[in-house]
Amino acid sequence: MAFANPHITAVAVEATEFPDLARKYQVTGVPKTVVNDEIEILGALPQEAFIEQALTPVARDPK
Amino acid sequence: MALLSSADQEKLREAFKDMTRPVRVLFFTQTFECETCAQTRQILDELPGLSGPPGASGKISIEEVNLVLDQDRAKQYGVDRAPALALLYDDPDAKDSRIRFLGAPSGYEFVSLVQAVLLVGGRSSTLTESSRQRLAAVDRPITLQVFTTPT
Repeated sequence: MAFANPHITAVAVEATEFPDLARKYQVTGVPKTVVNDEIEILGALPQEAFIEQALTPVARDPK
Repeated sequence: MALLSSADQEKLREAFKDMTRPVRVLFFTQTFECETCAQTRQILDELPGLSGPPGASGKISIEEVNLVLDQDRAKQYGVDRAPALALLYDDPDAKDSRIRFLGAPSGYEFVSLVQAVLLVGGRSSTLTESSRQRLAAVDRPITLQVFTTPT
């Protein structure tokens, strides 16, 4: 997704190496995706569904 | 000793053959309090040699950046801990792909790293046309943090 748009940054975080981040984002299972520190996506979703959820901040507040 | 079996090395060599663009991996490291920095270095050291003809420098290069000594650079890429990787297009601008890895890329993360390198290296993305269109319309910063565990 980062590849598709220069506004998008993708970070893969190894949760066990950074327990402070895992705690901060309340990671109790993986994969867990956190979008802009607010939206949580649990598990692996089909591509369209994942993008739908990941773009919630954009959809919610159209310019 | 090589971390990868010769069969895995051969598979990677084959996959990297299709790269049409060189890729630079920025490796943010620190000398103290980084348990997995050495392991990460070892893993990364496997890549350049597999991405070109034997004995030649390949399409993948690794650049080590000290998180403590080179804070400006770390800030530029939004990195505040180690080990961390940032994938760049290895062109004169060293354009940022905005793909990052935090933690040692071992286990399944190694597969993710290879996929990301191939993508930046020119392989076509697995996004559908409709996904691509939706993503193209994004007009503000979106940061995705994907938490995983080693498997």
